[in-house]
Amino acid sequence: MHLFRNIVFTAALVGLLAGLAMTAIQQFGTQPLIVKAEVVEQANAEKAAQPHDHAAAGQHDHAALTAQEEAAAAKADHHHDGDEWAPADGAERFVWTVIANVVAGIGFALLLVAASELKGGLTSWREGLMWGLAGFAVFTLAPSIGLPPEAPGVEGAALLDRQIWWVGTAVATATGLALIAFARSPLAALAAVALIAAPHVIGAPKPPAPPAIPHDLEHGFVVAVIVTGFLFWAILGALAGLVRPRFAGA
Amino acid sequence: MMSNLNLAARTETAALQARALPIVSAFLLGVFVVAAAGFVSIPAVHNAAHDQRHAIGFPCH
Repeated sequence: MHLFRNIVFTAALVGLLAGLAMTAIQQFGTQPLIVKAEVVEQANAEKAAQPHDHAAAGQHDHAALTAQEEAAAAKADHHHDGDEWAPADGAERFVWTVIANVVAGIGFALLLVAASELKGGLTSWREGLMWGLAGFAVFTLAPSIGLPPEAPGVEGAALLDRQIWWVGTAVATATGLALIAFARSPLAALAAVALIAAPHVIGAPKPPAPPAIPHDLEHGFVVAVIVTGFLFWAILGALAGLVRPRFAGA
Repeated sequence: MMSNLNLAARTETAALQARALPIVSAFLLGVFVVAAAGFVSIPAVHNAAHDQRHAIGFPCH
């Protein structure tokens, strides 16, 4: 079980550091835009002004709701629904975001470190950085092509459909990149290219309504998420390459 | 020479097989952790992870 232990320790340390680094980057990139988008979302909700029933909104009866009411319903769902716990704005919300970032960082680090062990394990930060770039392509870039990261107030298609497409795209892209990097036959390369393109040919689930927030804000958020993701994966990969050889010797 | 190569190949295969279980276990643990951070729709988990989900680009509400 040494190998399992080494992978988990490496991933825990790398995920912790990368998650903390991502939190710092988010404070300059995505977080101000999330707050701004929520202000717009809130204003839209108030403009809708009709008395709305929290119980009905909770059921997500999209057909019966206008876009603005939907925004109000989404808002009620994740911040103002009295029935469900949500962190209070300020320090509590920030702490939960840090925790969530670290958990996501450890999860992604486990995937990266475990996958790289199949190829003998990372030996340098540069090799780790290459794996990190692959992680960026798989988990940030490819899903963002069909499902641009949504600021609050941007209503997407049904959540489950989007989650399935997101996961399917990540799996197809990862498999394709692995075939390109490690298989030696031209046929495998051809299959890899087809795999990577396939989710986009099939197409992502489409949103029911145009975004309820200004275009600049929506676009700025997409850019901020992708650049943040790039830095996160570069840090995660390089750190994994630095840390792994130290554990492997133990 | 040929048998040496075969032996080497077999040793490598055996080594990879011994490594496969811990590697796959760690990978599945990673899938589980990413699912918890980005995909579980229990409201309290969603609300706690809300800003992180938006900021990473996970599909969110």
